Amino acid sequence: MKPEIYRSLGLNDEEYQKILEILEREPTLTELAMFSVEWSEHCGYTHSRRWLKLLPREGKYQILIGEDSGGFIIDNLAIIFKIESHNHPSQVEPRQGAATGVGGIIRDIFTVGARPIASLDSLRFGPLSDPYNRYLLRGVVDGIQFYGNCLGVPTVGGELYFEEGYSGNCLVNVMTIGIADKNRLARARFSGVGNSIMYVGASTGRDGIGGCSVLASREFKENEEKRPAVQIGDPFTEKCLIEATLEALATGNIVGIKDMGAAGLTCSVSEMASAGETGVEIELGLVPRREADMEPWEVMVSESQERMLLCVKKGNEEEVEKIFAKWDLNSAAIGKVTGDGIVRVKDGGETVAEISARALTTSPVYDMPYEQPSYLDELNKLDMSAIPQPKDYGEVLLRLLSSPAICSKEWVYEQYDHMVQTNTIVLPGSDAAILRVKGTNKAIAATTDCNSRYCYLDPYRGSQIAVAEAARNLVCSGAEPAAVTDCLNFGNPEKPDRFWQFKNCLQGIADACRFFNIPVVSGNVSFYNESPQGAIYPTPVIGMVGIIEDVTKVCTQYFKRGREIIVLLGMCKEELGGNEYLKQMHNLVKGNAPDLDLHLERGVQRTAWEAIKRGLVSSAHDCSEGGLAVALAECSISNKENMVGATIDSLIFNMRKDGLLFGESQSRIIISCKEEFLIHIRDIAERNRVPFQVIGRTGGGELKIIERGKEIINLPLEQMWEKWANSLCSLAMP
Amino acid sequence: MRFGVVVFPGSNCDQDCYYVIKEVLNQEVQYIWHKDTKLGEFDCIVLPGGFSYGDYLRAGAIARFSPIMNQICEYAGKGKAVIGICNGFQILLEAGLLPGAMVRNKNLHFICKYLYIRTENNETPFTNLCRKKQILRMPIAHNEGNYYIDKSGLEQLEKNRQILFRYASREGKIDEISNPNGAVDNIAGIMNKEGNILGMMPHPERSSEEVLGSKDGLLVFKSVVKWLEGNRIKD
Repeated sequence: MKPEIYRSLGLNDEEYQKILEILEREPTLTELAMFSVEWSEHCGYTHSRRWLKLLPREGKYQILIGEDSGGFIIDNLAIIFKIESHNHPSQVEPRQGAATGVGGIIRDIFTVGARPIASLDSLRFGPLSDPYNRYLLRGVVDGIQFYGNCLGVPTVGGELYFEEGYSGNCLVNVMTIGIADKNRLARARFSGVGNSIMYVGASTGRDGIGGCSVLASREFKENEEKRPAVQIGDPFTEKCLIEATLEALATGNIVGIKDMGAAGLTCSVSEMASAGETGVEIELGLVPRREADMEPWEVMVSESQERMLLCVKKGNEEEVEKIFAKWDLNSAAIGKVTGDGIVRVKDGGETVAEISARALTTSPVYDMPYEQPSYLDELNKLDMSAIPQPKDYGEVLLRLLSSPAICSKEWVYEQYDHMVQTNTIVLPGSDAAILRVKGTNKAIAATTDCNSRYCYLDPYRGSQIAVAEAARNLVCSGAEPAAVTDCLNFGNPEKPDRFWQFKNCLQGIADACRFFNIPVVSGNVSFYNESPQGAIYPTPVIGMVGIIEDVTKVCTQYFKRGREIIVLLGMCKEELGGNEYLKQMHNLVKGNAPDLDLHLERGVQRTAWEAIKRGLVSSAHDCSEGGLAVALAECSISNKENMVGATIDSLIFNMRKDGLLFGESQSRIIISCKEEFLIHIRDIAERNRVPFQVIGRTGGGELKIIERGKEIINLPLEQMWEKWANSLCSLAMP
Repeated sequence: MRFGVVVFPGSNCDQDCYYVIKEVLNQEVQYIWHKDTKLGEFDCIVLPGGFSYGDYLRAGAIARFSPIMNQICEYAGKGKAVIGICNGFQILLEAGLLPGAMVRNKNLHFICKYLYIRTENNETPFTNLCRKKQILRMPIAHNEGNYYIDKSGLEQLEKNRQILFRYASREGKIDEISNPNGAVDNIAGIMNKEGNILGMMPHPERSSEEVLGSKDGLLVFKSVVKWLEGNRIKD
């Protein structure tokens, strides 16, 4: 076979050699296509598998790790969740790319028998000064609302960042959570020789061919036309599919199920066979199609959406068909489970592929070289003496409040139905989304977090901070962190400096999760996120879920009323490296990520969590981008219906004022509480050896910050709100 | 009282309505599948929100041809209670059971947020527990909530006191700022002339429990129960 053929499918020479060894002959075109998708980085995790083993899988709760997702058990329920990326398709076709990204992750959840109850989106684009980035932002948000709203799965939280590094390669990561009865989870494997293989859902077309191999597993090159490789989504079909699938699973007739996502039929057929340690034979002539004259390899690698593959007990096919027919969905028996460990594909009776399931699903593992980037030492140098202090700190605060990273994201989440299913008890806008669990007294909190600028400056520490921040956000809501799903977005792993970033981020996450005793139950790796404009910042997005034992003890970030005490837990250090203030006011990305003391972080989190649990806290909010001043402003203005000002007059720190106000020191939580509870919170802090400082009081129509007797900030709440609330809408306009 | 919640392919607020009626209102409730050709005995039927048929063509345009709709039209014709929420309202409009039409939101975006509506007529089966002009806090979540009716139609609605809810400010002011979608005359909910069919864009099932942010929506459901119980006594 000519090298151009297999290379155009994304396979390299060594991989082709391996295929020859496995088959002991030349592959057919169909077999070649099947290998090319199963062994792509996106599906096979060829570059990352070695390192993913570092991630811890144990924690407080009983952990579940399935074929396509994971979760944990609480009481009789399994909380299943996962985060996935759909970066390259969204860069090419934002609406459909984002929509099918939502569709794909949601399928991964209901395929185990869990009803999807909520999604979160973590989005990153290049600066909005570029019209193409504005187009991408609008398109991606539109795609997520188009798909998610129609499905009736509320999108309840997320993040939105803008950095130069994402120009040319945006990031669209979506996390979905589902709930199932712990005894009724489904597995993605074939079992029982003679059982039927059934295809259900939308018919197969030519959309998305090459989605995982040619689109996701390669860099963007100049002027390449990749739109045909973007999948097309139909949320109405998926909604019907969710209902039909859950109904069919409840009958007990289905012994295995998997969705058809990346690599389509090839992936589900081969991975289910391999997981079940068995074989399968399918007849492509029986696959419902929506385009004429499709070649067998096209049917095998098509990424048409909204399709599932079922393994049904022999003889019970009709009962399953009836359910899918009720919902007006295709269903067809297309094959059988065999016992021979081979994936055999026939087309019109003729065998077009015959491969060992294990060999097909065991992609090569690559040991990639890594090397610290040469620019890093210089990048980490920050001469603070060369940074002048601003004349008007209020001006700076207003500027930060209206900056894209910090401003209100209401323009985005108002387009998402975030209330459907009536579980959302804390709406978007606070530190974490909180969903009640009907039938219990509990609630689930969820967040996604990653400051990729910190990861760029220091991958190890930056990713630890991502884990710490996610846990901190959950704790501020009153939740105890339970488990993590991670979406690891990086550049080309074949370049040693990118791989060094990946390896260090992974190490950082593993060490932090181990320290906090929070396991990683699922996740996704997305490599090759670079374009002629460069690689993205290393972006390990941490999705974290926590449990609130008592739904009445939920906490939110906004001040509730005047005359309450404001307490700062944690320390302010003079560090400006990599922070939003430096970027916005001085256009600098330089220095080191802020320090992270894991013990201090844990102490601060435990203090806040216990105080909230005991009902002592009125509001809790952590300090992140923009530092203390921004956090205080957010506490004051983020609940428009009840804005409560503050007077901060007891800040005792010896450092430059811009560092005090806008520095992004970690492990800090701002708490407001009634005066009579102060002493109890102080006790908890002392027990946890955590710095505790009363810094002011709530009340009034302004945010006043007074340092050493001098008023350095005095801004009316309405003025701050104007800047903060209306910024994104105007920035996003065409 | 026996409630029925219709399920079309693509309905996604059916389970929310069922939950409120069963767990909060403590009434009997059943799902009604859209392909059923025979309707059971119900005291009140709810057409829930969602994206029936994916909102293909126009929201509600296809659902109104579902087999069950014939039965529902007959049922409504007998003066029995029907509540259409969001997509349910759109389906009632398409079926001609309520006057007017629904168009795309003025800003062309889906809008999900809490807002205020003012009770314009509290002497109806759906609002008898509301005070006169009571301000209710409820959420909307829709792409097409821009209610349209022509001038003479609007006059009829006014004359017959068919407008039940208008979008308003927290203080009860009816103005452009408090109108989220461009609906004519800030109309958020109406009933038919006979007074047994309600159509409203805001979601009462999402605002029937304090933990979700508001209990005002429950007034609509409780009003219906009160009206039905009143009728039963009369019978």
